[in-house]
Amino acid sequence: MQIIYTDVLVIGGGLAGQRAAIGAKRRGHDVIVLSLVPAKRSHSAAAQGGMQASLGNCLGAAGDNEDIHFADTVRGSDWGADQEVVRMFTHTAPKAIRELAAWGVPWNRVARGEREITVDGQRKTISEPDAAHGLITSRNFGGTQKWRACYVSDGTGHAMLYTMSNQAIAANIPVHERMEALALIHADGRCHGAIVRNLMTGELLAYVARATCIATGGFGRIYRVSTNAIINEGMGAAIALETGVATLGNMEAIQFHPTGIFPAGILVTEGCRGDGGLLLDCNEHRFMPDYEPEKKELASRDVVSRRMEEHIGAGHGVKSRFGEHLWLDIRLLGADHINNNLREVKEICQYFLGIDPVRELIPVRPAQHYSMGGVRTNHRGESPQLQGLFAAGEAACWDMHGFNRLGGNSVAETVVAGMIVGDTIADFCDSTAGALQLSSALVQEFGERERRRLAEIANGKGRESAFELARLMQETMTAQVGIFREGERLEQAVASLQELQLRSRNIGLRSSAPGANPELVTAYRVQRMLKLAQCVAYGALQRTESRGAHYRADHPRRDDLNWMRRTLASWPSADARLPVLTYEPLDIMKMELPPGWRGYGARDYIEHPDTGVRQQQVDAIGGGLDRADRHTRQEALMPFRHLLPEHLRNNNERLGEES
Amino acid sequence: MNRIPLRQAARTLRIQILRHNPRDPDSQPRLQTFEIEEADAMTLFIALTEIRERQDPSLQFDFVCRAGICGSCGMIINGRPGLACRTLTRDLPEQITLAPLPAFELIGDLSVNTGKWMRGMSERLETWVHSQNLESLDIDAMEAAMEPELAEQIYELERCIECGCCVAACGTARMREDFVGAVGLNQVTRFRLDPRDERSDAAFYELVGDESGVFGCMTLLGCEDMCPKDLPLATQIAFLRRRMAATT
Repeated sequence: MQIIYTDVLVIGGGLAGQRAAIGAKRRGHDVIVLSLVPAKRSHSAAAQGGMQASLGNCLGAAGDNEDIHFADTVRGSDWGADQEVVRMFTHTAPKAIRELAAWGVPWNRVARGEREITVDGQRKTISEPDAAHGLITSRNFGGTQKWRACYVSDGTGHAMLYTMSNQAIAANIPVHERMEALALIHADGRCHGAIVRNLMTGELLAYVARATCIATGGFGRIYRVSTNAIINEGMGAAIALETGVATLGNMEAIQFHPTGIFPAGILVTEGCRGDGGLLLDCNEHRFMPDYEPEKKELASRDVVSRRMEEHIGAGHGVKSRFGEHLWLDIRLLGADHINNNLREVKEICQYFLGIDPVRELIPVRPAQHYSMGGVRTNHRGESPQLQGLFAAGEAACWDMHGFNRLGGNSVAETVVAGMIVGDTIADFCDSTAGALQLSSALVQEFGERERRRLAEIANGKGRESAFELARLMQETMTAQVGIFREGERLEQAVASLQELQLRSRNIGLRSSAPGANPELVTAYRVQRMLKLAQCVAYGALQRTESRGAHYRADHPRRDDLNWMRRTLASWPSADARLPVLTYEPLDIMKMELPPGWRGYGARDYIEHPDTGVRQQQVDAIGGGLDRADRHTRQEALMPFRHLLPEHLRNNNERLGEES
Repeated sequence: MNRIPLRQAARTLRIQILRHNPRDPDSQPRLQTFEIEEADAMTLFIALTEIRERQDPSLQFDFVCRAGICGSCGMIINGRPGLACRTLTRDLPEQITLAPLPAFELIGDLSVNTGKWMRGMSERLETWVHSQNLESLDIDAMEAAMEPELAEQIYELERCIECGCCVAACGTARMREDFVGAVGLNQVTRFRLDPRDERSDAAFYELVGDESGVFGCMTLLGCEDMCPKDLPLATQIAFLRRRMAATT
């Protein structure tokens, strides 16, 4: 087995992985990026509508700043997020977007003067100020008080990923494409790299590294209907779980996007609604204002998706031979707007539905979209249990999204976390703890273990089909661990997944093709995906409350008294049948924004006694500083800048704001 | 009601695939035919996945986004390069022939190594913003302004997804291995248009001012005809050639 040595091994070539790689490389460390696919084909490219950063340039964004972005994100998370991390994120997002602007992303810009927009079903004319002309513009998105999603037409992720990949090429960072990490090499609580399989030749290699960073994105493909790319099978999270040491956070927090096209589940951006598009039912009635008078179509995704399913359940869905759906109407935005700002949406509608959204309605229904959970890290992006293991982006539970992510906060997280974690990885490599110290026997032992696992599948005489097991897992998850959850069905899901897991030890292959062998790939992945699926289902069963995207019909209220805590899942041994769950408390007494109503969705929740106490403290601290600037007030409530790398601590400059 | 047109009787598709596994010393390139029943709104992604799961688990192909945006699934579909994921079988006859994109290294069956080719092209043409300031950016300060129309023009050229269809459709690329293709020339025009890139025409001339670059194009227009993103490739190449000719 070939052994490749490097300072930093980044697993995953999307936005988060490549930005972390660039950061570590700039600090003088050798970096290798592993990617399942050519880096520019990563799922980051699928982000359409925008990246949240509080620049506050255009009229709809006027007055925006980090404080409002922070509050929106915490409310969006249904108070499940780590508020210090949210502060680190909202503070760094404007820097990240300005860096990308200098690197080449062609962000759409503010044009001075009058233009027509669509708000709440009405056309109106607004006038953009001269001072903002040529600065980065932004559009409206769900769950936000300001127009904060900066965009490049509706190919934002594509433009960001190409710019990022090109900068990584400029920095001479090698991307080893079509490589899959099968296991993390670790001993005594320290990670030393990974055993990797070449997806062209089938060969096993060892990558030995001082620091290893998982940036493999989400695991949407454990569901049957998902907007995710088919490579989003969560293998990064799975290999972290399989260490038995590292933990996964909040795996039950799964986001369903309101507008997957029906029935294929391909995403059309939230920008459709942000730009003024409406949701209609079988009578072409606009139903969201009936449920959500405050934010209507632009409540957070968890709320809109639930309302849509509720409306279908009440008999107002559009019936088709594939099942029921609702309509997304963007006709009112006009041909010009759609052709310029929603062109990917238009292409998707043309190619996959055979319709023209300028003239016709788009059939949509909520589809699995995002994994808020992932490899649990501290604010530095490092696993608290496994030293030398880092994670960034969707693969991580850093945890800025809590139980619901806001649209546009995911691509923003990728680049922000990449910036921060790139630096903390470099700090780690510079420290004595980051020295490379392992025996080659350990590397051989892990390599041999993976070789044996593959041989067991390839030579086993089992009768189970890997494809069939994957299909059954996906159907179980979509049917029983979806938008509406309930104890009994979750128990059934846990039992079904346990049975599938047992059956997955008995997989037999029909093909023994030399090379990567796609059937073997499916087989070893489904074994790992079943563990992730079980973390989701079992976590959802145990969490007897409703918070953000996790909705329990039998426990419909958010329960701050008992559930102000983050789920941590670990997988104790190879033959374990369930994850071990522990819980990490979120301390209300340290929160800058104590729990309350989100401003949309259910008003009813079970309060924690700390909430009132902390709210009084917050009010008193704020009142005592009413003459101070907002940064000073914020610092008094919950200091966070010391957690950031030093070069990211300064204030962000804005139009019309003294810095 | 759903507006996807209903086909009366389900067709049986005969999908002929050019197969070869270079890792297998016994493998000979051959055409193999699979029969499957067509389903509503079936794409080649769905059809090929079904063939792999039910008929031949060794079949190799590449899909990632399955939504026409990542460029992974370029292949020759009944003689023309295209994105398989967004090709609906109802737009094809019952007899469908699939082959890997030519001009790229074959990984196996329909899977080719476009990633390696594109990385090589990017390194050679230095497809990134060249600026003195990138190492010392002040990212606390306001971003530099850019004309809104210019940003849109740059994006127009940046919509390329490096799928390789233009290279597969290019006469020059089939004759000259070192030709950078419409994909490469388009990226040069993209960075040339971008004021953040400080390179001069003379610097671009060094990159593409020869037969492996802009003067290798025979104006057969296959690139533009086959581009899944409808990029104005022929116009960009003609424009670049005029600028480069003016540079000499």
